[in-house]
Amino acid sequence: MNDIWDGIVQAFTLIYTLDPDLIKISLRSLQVTLSALAISCIIALPLAAILTIQRFKFRRFTIALLNALMGLPPVVVGLLVYIVLSRSGPFGVLDLLYTKTAMIIAQTIIITPLITSIAHQSLRELWSDYHDLLISMNTSHNQRIKTLLWDARRALLTASLAGFGRAIGEVGAIMIVGGNIDNATRVLTTAIALETSKGDFALALALGFVLILTTIALNIGTHWLSKTENEGRW
Amino acid sequence: MFPLVAENLVVEFQGKHVLGPVDLRLDKGDIAVILGPNGSGKTSLLKALHGILKLKLGMVRWSCLETESVGKQMFVFQTPIMLRRSVFENLTYPLRLRKVSKAEANQRATEWLDRIALSASMQVPATRISGGEKQKLALARALITEPEMLFLDEPCAALDGKTTNEIESMLQSCVENGTTIMMSTHDIGQAKRLAKNIYFINKGKLECIQSAKTFFVKPSSINASKFIAGDIIE
Repeated sequence: MNDIWDGIVQAFTLIYTLDPDLIKISLRSLQVTLSALAISCIIALPLAAILTIQRFKFRRFTIALLNALMGLPPVVVGLLVYIVLSRSGPFGVLDLLYTKTAMIIAQTIIITPLITSIAHQSLRELWSDYHDLLISMNTSHNQRIKTLLWDARRALLTASLAGFGRAIGEVGAIMIVGGNIDNATRVLTTAIALETSKGDFALALALGFVLILTTIALNIGTHWLSKTENEGRW
Repeated sequence: MFPLVAENLVVEFQGKHVLGPVDLRLDKGDIAVILGPNGSGKTSLLKALHGILKLKLGMVRWSCLETESVGKQMFVFQTPIMLRRSVFENLTYPLRLRKVSKAEANQRATEWLDRIALSASMQVPATRISGGEKQKLALARALITEPEMLFLDEPCAALDGKTTNEIESMLQSCVENGTTIMMSTHDIGQAKRLAKNIYFINKGKLECIQSAKTFFVKPSSINASKFIAGDIIE
C-alpha cells in the first residue's frame, strides 16, 4: 500500500516539477505511438472501407485473418521484426534495429489489424444502410469510400483510440526491437519494466500513473475536439 | 434519353423468380404509376429499370449512352435513406458528387430547403427529423439534381394527408419542369390523381398497361378490376 501511495506522490512530484527525464520519455512514447497510429490509420481505414464495399475472391478469408491478427502476441511481432531488421536479416542493411523507427514498425504491425477490424465492423453497418442509396446515385468506388469514411468518422475515431491504447501500453515488442536504450529508445512502458526489475516500485508506479494520465488526457482531448458528445452532431 | 425500353426483363432473387418476363416502353413526360398487390414485383420492376437490381434475363435500353443515362435518373426509396449528416448536407451531397461548386450547391440547397419548409432544421441531423420530413428531403435530394427520370417506390406510404399532398405537388411541379416519373403506389386515389398511364403488375407479370382514364373505367385484366374494387387477389 505504501508503494502505491509513494508512487502517487512521486508521480505528482515528477509532473509538478516537470522532471526532464519524465518529459523526454513521455514525449518519446507519444512520438513512437502517434507515428505508428498515423501509419496504421492510413493503411487500416481505407483497407476497412475496401473490405466493406468490394467483393473479391479472398475477402472473407482476409476479414477472418485480420480478426485473428487482432490477438497477435506482441512478443512474437517483436521477434519477427527483430529478425528482419537484424544485421543478418533482409533489412539489416538499413541499420534500423534499436531505433525508434523499429519500434514504430513493430507497433504498426500490432495495431493495424485491430484498427482495421473495428473500423470494418462500423463501416459494414453503415454500408448496409447506405448501399441502395449510393448505388442508385451512381457513385464511384472512391466516392463510396470517402462517404463511408466521413460519415463513420466518430466510430473510426473510437477504432483509432483503441489502436492508440494498445500501442502506448505495449512493452514486449518495443523492448525487443528498441532495446530500452536510455535517451534513445526508452519509453514509458519499457522504463516501467526496467524500474520494476530494479525494485524501484515507487518510480515504476509513478511512470505508470503518468502513462495512464497521458492516455486518459489524449482520449478526452480527442473526443472534446471532435465534439462527439455534442447535441445534434455525430 | 427517352424512350426507355425494357425487353424481356426477368429478375430472380436467391433463386426465386420475382419478376418477368416484362416488356414496356416509357416516353418522355409520362407519369407512369405501377399498381399491384403486395409482393407483386413493383419495387423489383422499378429497381430493375433503374439498374440497381441485377437482371437474370433481358435488357433495359435508353436512347442514349448508359454512362449518360445513369447520371440523369434518380431513385426515391419507400423508406427514405438519410445520410448521417445534417439536412443541408444531405441536399448538397448529390450536387457535390456531380462536381457542382460549393457556392452553387449551397445556393440550390438553400432554395430547396425553403421549398420543402425545412430551413429551420437545416443543421439538424437528417435522421432526427420526422418520417414525412425525411420523405420530402429524400425527394428534394433527388430533384435538386434536376433528373430527367425519377423513380419513386411508394413515396407516400404511411404519410399523413398533408404531407402526401405536399409530395404530390412537388411531383406535379417537377413533371411540369420536364421530369418523367415512374412510381409505385398502393393508393388508388393517388394513382387517379397523378397517373397518365397505369402499369398493373401481379405475381411479377405486367397484366395491363393502360392510360389512367381507361384503366379506372375499363381495366383490361380481371385482377386489375378486382384490385380497383378492393377485392383480394389470389
